Order: sequence, then C-alpha cells, then structure tokens
Amino acid sequence: MRYLPLSDTDRREMLARIGVNTVDELFADVPKNLLLKEPVDLPRRKGELEVERILSRMSAKNVAASSVPFFVGAGAYKHHVPATVDHLIQRSEFLTSYTPYQPEIAQGTLQYLFEFQTQVAALTGMEVANASMYDGSTGTGEAVLMAHRVTKRRKAVLSGGLHPHYADLVRTLSEMSSDDVVSMQPDVGATEDILSQIDDSTSCVVVQSPDVFGNVRDLKPIAEKAHQHGALLIAVFTEAVSLGLVASPGSQGADIVVGEGQSIGNALNFGGPYVGLFATQTKFIRQMPGRLCGETVDADGSRGFVLTLSTREQHIRRDKATSNICTNSGLCALAFTIHMTLLGEAGLTRLARVNHANAVKLADRLASVNGVEVLNKTFFNEFTVKLAKPAAEVVERLAEKSVLAGVPVSRLLPGAGLDNLLLVASTEVNTDDDRAALCAALKEVL
Amino acid sequence: MLNRQGRPSAPQAHGVSDPAAGMGDEAARLQGDASRATGSAGGNHPTFTGNKALAQIEPLLFEIGRYDTTGVDIDEPEDFQPRLGGLERREPIGLPGLSEPETMRHYVRLSQQNYGIDTGLFPLGSCTMKHNARLNERVARLPGFSDVHPLQPVSTVQGALELMNELGRYLVTLTNMTAVALSPKAGAHGELCGMMAIKAAIEARGEGATRNVVLVPDSAHGTNPATAALIGFKVKPVPAREDGWVHVEDVKERLGPDVAAIMLTNPNTCGLFEPQVAEIAKAIHDAGAYFYCDGANFNAIVGKAKPGDLGVDAMHINLHKTFSTPHGGGGPGSGPVVLSERLAPFAPVPFVRVKDGEFELVEHNDEAGGSAAPFGRMTAFHGQMGMYVRALSFMLSHGSDGMKQASEDAVLNANYIRAGLADLMSLPFGDKPCMHEVLFDDAWLKDTGVTTLDVAKAMIDEGYHPMTMYFPLVVHGAMLIEPTESESKASLDLFVATLRDLAMSAKKGDKERFTGAPYHAPRRRLDETRAARNPVLKWTPPAPVAEAAE
Repeated sequence: MRYLPLSDTDRREMLARIGVNTVDELFADVPKNLLLKEPVDLPRRKGELEVERILSRMSAKNVAASSVPFFVGAGAYKHHVPATVDHLIQRSEFLTSYTPYQPEIAQGTLQYLFEFQTQVAALTGMEVANASMYDGSTGTGEAVLMAHRVTKRRKAVLSGGLHPHYADLVRTLSEMSSDDVVSMQPDVGATEDILSQIDDSTSCVVVQSPDVFGNVRDLKPIAEKAHQHGALLIAVFTEAVSLGLVASPGSQGADIVVGEGQSIGNALNFGGPYVGLFATQTKFIRQMPGRLCGETVDADGSRGFVLTLSTREQHIRRDKATSNICTNSGLCALAFTIHMTLLGEAGLTRLARVNHANAVKLADRLASVNGVEVLNKTFFNEFTVKLAKPAAEVVERLAEKSVLAGVPVSRLLPGAGLDNLLLVASTEVNTDDDRAALCAALKEVL
Repeated sequence: MLNRQGRPSAPQAHGVSDPAAGMGDEAARLQGDASRATGSAGGNHPTFTGNKALAQIEPLLFEIGRYDTTGVDIDEPEDFQPRLGGLERREPIGLPGLSEPETMRHYVRLSQQNYGIDTGLFPLGSCTMKHNARLNERVARLPGFSDVHPLQPVSTVQGALELMNELGRYLVTLTNMTAVALSPKAGAHGELCGMMAIKAAIEARGEGATRNVVLVPDSAHGTNPATAALIGFKVKPVPAREDGWVHVEDVKERLGPDVAAIMLTNPNTCGLFEPQVAEIAKAIHDAGAYFYCDGANFNAIVGKAKPGDLGVDAMHINLHKTFSTPHGGGGPGSGPVVLSERLAPFAPVPFVRVKDGEFELVEHNDEAGGSAAPFGRMTAFHGQMGMYVRALSFMLSHGSDGMKQASEDAVLNANYIRAGLADLMSLPFGDKPCMHEVLFDDAWLKDTGVTTLDVAKAMIDEGYHPMTMYFPLVVHGAMLIEPTESESKASLDLFVATLRDLAMSAKKGDKERFTGAPYHAPRRRLDETRAARNPVLKWTPPAPVAEAAE
C-alpha cells in the first residue's frame, strides 16, 4: 500500500523489539469475540489511476457552475477565485499543519490568522473578529448563544429575511437548549414590523442584510430599538462581497456581526467547507466563541503571535466553556485572507460595484420578460422575481436547457405559499451572453 | 558541527544576538519587532535585513500593503443607477492590497515559518496527523465536486449525491451502524449532532424532563462536557482509575433514571482500549440511557473492531483525523456521526436517500417520511463536501485490506515508541500495550527542573513537532505521542533516539537545553501570558509621530 512505509520485515523486527509475536497481541484489550478476523466487506485497495477514474466518473455526472449560465445564490455564490489563492493554500506548511498550539513553529498560521482577524474587523466595521467559525450559519447559532450569555436573557427574535436554513439551525439549537425564539414570517419585501417584537426580555434580534430575498436593510432603527431594551443586534450576511459597497453593519450599530465568507477565496464545494466570519466589540471578547489569535513577544523581545484567551475554550473550561467549538476553518480563512490581500480595498470595492452593476443589468432585462416580475426595491447582487409559473418547475425546465436559473423559494420555504418566487443571483462571472440565455430560456418556458 | 548526541555543539547553539542592531530606522520599522526573530545558530553574524538566508522575516500585510494597490484586474462597470436604497458605504474600509507577486512572496514566506506533516514527524496525540495524499487534493478539485452549488437542482448533482451516499455506506460498514449524519462540520459539531439525536430520542420517549445527566470520564476531551452542557445536560464526571480504564462498576454506581447518556472515548485518551466497553454499553442500555462514543481515536481500530459491535449508539468520525483530510492549520474538519438503529430516525436534515435509482436530498423535517423524525438542522447546507471527496479517495485507495493494515501499523508504531522509551520515561499505567498513541507522564522529570512544556520546546529544536502536552488531564504533565501509520521504521528509530537523548540530557542536569528552548525555531519561546493579559487581536495603525512623542 503506497501510503504505508513499513515493510513486512520492519513489522517483524518491531514486534520482536516490543516483545510480542503478532500484532493482534497489541489488541489484547479488545474482547476476543469482537476482534475482526477478516477485512470488512468493502473493496480491496486501488491504485491512484483507478481511484481517480471512479471519482472522475462521479464528478462528470454533475453540472459545474462554470459550464453553464449560472445564477444560483441564496447563501453561496459563484465568484472567480484567483489561481494564486489555490496554489498558496496547497503549500504543505499551510495544508498539513495543525492548530497552532506550538506557536514557535506555527507563526505562518498565526500571522495569517492575525491578518484575517484584522481584515474581518475592518470589513464588518467592528472592533474585533475571531479566527473563523465553521460557516456563516453555525456562526449565527453561536452568535445567538453569545448574546444570551452577554444579556443573561434567552429570547432571540429572528427576522423573516434571515436565510431559512440559518433560522432552522437557530431554532434547532434553541429547542435543544430550551431557549425561546420568535420567528417572523417570511418577509419578501422587507416590510416586517420587527421593532414591535423587541421587549425587555429580548436577548437579541437577528437581521440579515442583504437578506435572503436580496433586500438591503437599514439596520440603524433596529439597533436603536434593541439597545433601548438592552438587547443586542446580530447582523448577518451571506454575501461578503456586498460589504465592499454597502454600509458596514458596525457603522449601523450592530453588536455582533456574523456571516458567510465563502464568496472571498473559496469555491462553491457543494456547500462546504466554507468559512464563518464573526466580529463584535472589544467589551464582549470574553464571551466570544472560537479561537482568537493575539500579538505578543518572544523571549528575545521579537514580535510573534499566539492563540489567546483560551480560558474561554472547551479544553480549559470544559462544561463551563463559551462554546464547544475546537476545529475552525483555518485553511478557508487563509483562502479568504489571500484573496482579500490580492483584492485590497481598491479591488474589493470595484468587484462589489461590478456585482451590483451585473445584477442591475439582469434585473432590468428580466423585468422586460413576459411573466417575470422583479419584486425588489433594493438589492446588491441577488433579488427575487415572481414568475407566472411555479419556480421549481421552471428551474427544472431551464436546467434541461443548461441554464441554472436560481433557487426556487419553495425549496427553502416549502408550504409557505411562495411557490412562484425565484431567487436570482448575478456576480462578476456572468456575461451578457449568460443574461441573454437566461431571458431567452425563460421566454420559452413561461 | 554535531556532537555525539547528534545536535549542534554549544555554545553557538544557545547564543542569540540582535541581528536588527544597526538596521536603518526605516528598515526596522518595516520589519516591526519581528526583525530580531530569527533566533538561530550563527547569531554572531548579524545581517542588515535581519534575514538569515532562507529564514526570511515577513512583516504584516498591513505594514507592506497599499490602499490603492490591487492584484486582481477587474474593469470598472459602466455607469448605472445603484439600487442600494441609500445604504452605500461612505467611509473607507481599511484593507490594504498587494500585487500578485508581492502576495505570493508574502504568503510563501509565512508558510516557511510553519511546521507541517510534510516537514517531519508530527506525533500530536489524539490528532492523527497522518500523510495527506495529494491525489485527494486533486479529486476534491474536480469541477463536478468543487464547482457545484448546494442548491442547484438535484438532477444536476446526482454524482455529488452518489459520492455522499457512497461515503456514508463506507462509514456505516466500517462501524456496523445503521445510519450516518454527514453534515456536522467538525468533531465537536459531530458530538453536538450525536447528543442532539440522543436528546431527541429521550424527548420522544417522554423523558425529556427527567433524563438530563450525562456521564463524562475525567479523561475525556474538553469538547465532550462542553457539548453536553451546551444543550442543557448536567455533566457528572466518572473518575479515573489507576489503570487508565473506565470501570463498569464506577459507571453503574452513577446510573439512574436521570442519566441520558455516557460520552466515552474508545480507544480512550490514555491510549488504551476500554476492555469493559461491552459491559459498560450493556449497563448503559439496561438503565435506559445511550452510549455516545467519541470517535477521535478511531484510527486505532478501523477494520479491527466495529463500534456497533461494542454497543455504541452514536459516534462521530473525524474525517480530518482517521481519513486523512488535511488539518489545514486548524480546519476545516468534518465530523459525520454514525447512529445505531435506536437513534437513526432522529438524524438531522439534510440527508441523501435513494428512490427509484435516483438520489434525493431530504432538506426538511416533514419530507423525511416513515418513522423518521429528524431533530432539525445543524448547518446551512450539506456539510463538508470537499472533505467527503478526500475521505472517500483515502478509503478507495486503502481498501478494506489497506485500512486494516493502516490501523495495525499505527498501533505497532506507537508500541514501538513505547518499547523504545519505557526504561527512560515513565508510563503512568504500567508497561502494557497501547493503541495508536502512547501516554507518558512527567514522573521521569522529577527533580530535573525540566517540565513537559520544556521537553516539548526542546523537541522543536530537534526538528520535531511536539507531542500533545498536558492532556489527558488525569495524568500529571501528560505527553501523548501518536506517530500514526505514516512513519517509517527509520523515522521512528531516529525519533526514539532523539527522545532518549533528551531524557538522558534532562536527567544529567542540562537544564538550559530545555528551559530556554526553542533556540532554533523562527521564534524563541512566546509569552502567552502577556498576550492574554493585554489582548491585541488586530493590527492598528501606528500613532502619528507627533502624537507618539507626547
């Protein structure tokens, strides 16, 4: 087996050195009747070529985003990732290292985490960011738990513009922890009256912007009302590129900002791995979940970085920890940081303008197609359209024509009576030809 | 010049001067304090830059980047009417950029300050730092896996769902369990999933209000009690015995109608297989509770024993440990949970189902059908697809024969280290066979003035990543060594020789070799207390000169 360096001679010599005759003597504590005599019922080893063939065949059965006009979003976005990013994250020293528990030989990881934290804090307009969460959705769950710790209250109010999967996750977690959740109805037009739901028992209000229907929301009045009642505003985003163009959640009064960082540096990957961004204010850092990287000096006085404030964490605090999180999303955070470094402020803001411009162009073209109504007054790079037919059926028909048109709202919210609504996303990868193909295909189907 | 122990001769090894001395002010500012960080032999020959040939110093991005620089060419869009409702950003963000060549150099230099599996032996106990095959990286990047969206029509992702289904089949077969929840994003997330399934099952039985205690041995990973507490369970510890094992009578003593589950790691964190695991499982089940197994140490028994045969109800599997998906400096991981027949109905959404030869994705509780009662959702999408591909590639490559061999080699390697060091270092539970990791305590360091931490830092100087230190907590000054199956005999021989040399050196009183270590790493020992006392968690622009002078 190509990955196993020991030869049979080595094994014999090593057993002799240990003082046993067979390797099974080392498994003596496994109950005899439960120790397997034969390999389990799965295929035998395969060469590299054969494995690649098997997996290539599976891969070929899928329609890759780059191969068709592609408008699918709703929490994960198709962006161009520079070749440099994927090369650098495959450097052995990044790829095959562990959590930097030995900082003297992990300065590479620690320094990029420090850079990542600084970039995320700047992007969200917050004072401090952690070294990443699993993804935006789990980060949102952690943000709600953190708000409960900070406020010593247990009721979260979820906006109807919050991604339904994020809301499901928060409800699952809250049900398990016996916390209260008030879920607003799906709010297609950003018209909900969330302010009336905030009272003195509210721990946090969770509002997404741009929301799942694409609306850009003004967070300031919500922050104001939340703060009047001693509650926190958790601002969520699923499209990090939007922060290049839209006012930061921090500048609008958010107390915790949490979002999906996949858009910067990371591929679609059928849903994961992604990278959760998590930022807050300095006064809350001891209630923050996840790893934090901090600056210090070494014995010679040289600057260096270490994981810090670990007294919040499970390996020290056990059942009193702020979170059970251990592994985070290090390599995806690195991809985010490298892509962000390549973009810089100039590149990010331009990328955001191109996304917005492409979406505006698409919305205007779609509005002229019979049977299509664009519902959004505001949006960044994604919006909701109302079709003359059920969206799921239309999406399926368009897929047969090799156009991936978007996400039917009914897939996220079945039974909500929103069957004719379709979420359409447009990023820098979409061309005029893509837009023409989508409109033409819709005309045929509607 | 190497001495008889194979390490550089003193005094130059310990001598570190200040290579930044004499640097121009501008150069010193650009380099930050890091300019004195090369701490290495030859310190008597300071360089102008502070660099030492291949040991390059790299400032922070924020010290070298520029706000008007970008390494990505994008054209400005034509004029258009924004639809942001007046919520445009009005202040600068504060994100410097670098051109592509500068970016490449910055991160390559950072990478060179890291130790990875590809650098050398990485015996971090309970972390299973095994070889990361590059075939797995290649196949994970096939466009049909990496460039597909989680919410594309399922008709366009049949191959992706087939892969998830196949991975699930492998995991269920290897463990002899009934079902698998793939979506958890890492080990601790998998624990949460398993414990949520247990909580849901207990609530379905109508015992939610009364069964709220989870037994957790003192030797458990910190994630276990943290997970149980997170969803409202009370944690009751099971004390450690002198032999390193959990005893069935200790468990029985704590069992009652209030106990929901035990969270037991097997093989345990002391590197031992729990010989009474089947009896413990029976006692747990007889009391109406569930057996959660922490599968972090599954690498010892893949193809040798099936957790389902041991009575396990739920177990997470760290694909980033046992099935070699890269640790990536601390993630991403992936923590699928296999479930027994009793817990299978409660598996969370989404999951893959085969219907009429097509793969379906069940994304909502009420679509589950039959007796299924999913407890909810753990993450936005379908979990860590990128890790699934890599893990399946590992399993296909090894096959059932190769996985069994890998476990045997992992156990053999750990025992070989044990045999090589038992006379010089101290084994807290006697000199008996271990599983895939061997645990030493610090009794052998008594009266040397050297601590476990010092030994770890001295190992860094010898070119090794240290073992896991001070864990498990049940052993004083624990040193948990897990070599994995990826090491050759020659590699193990040198490692054992090195640790023997270190042990003799400590016992001889060469304290300085340890307490000042590391001497040769990119940094000397870092001050973690200072970092925690006054947290600096991001870069801030230096104060203007006039202000700083006040």
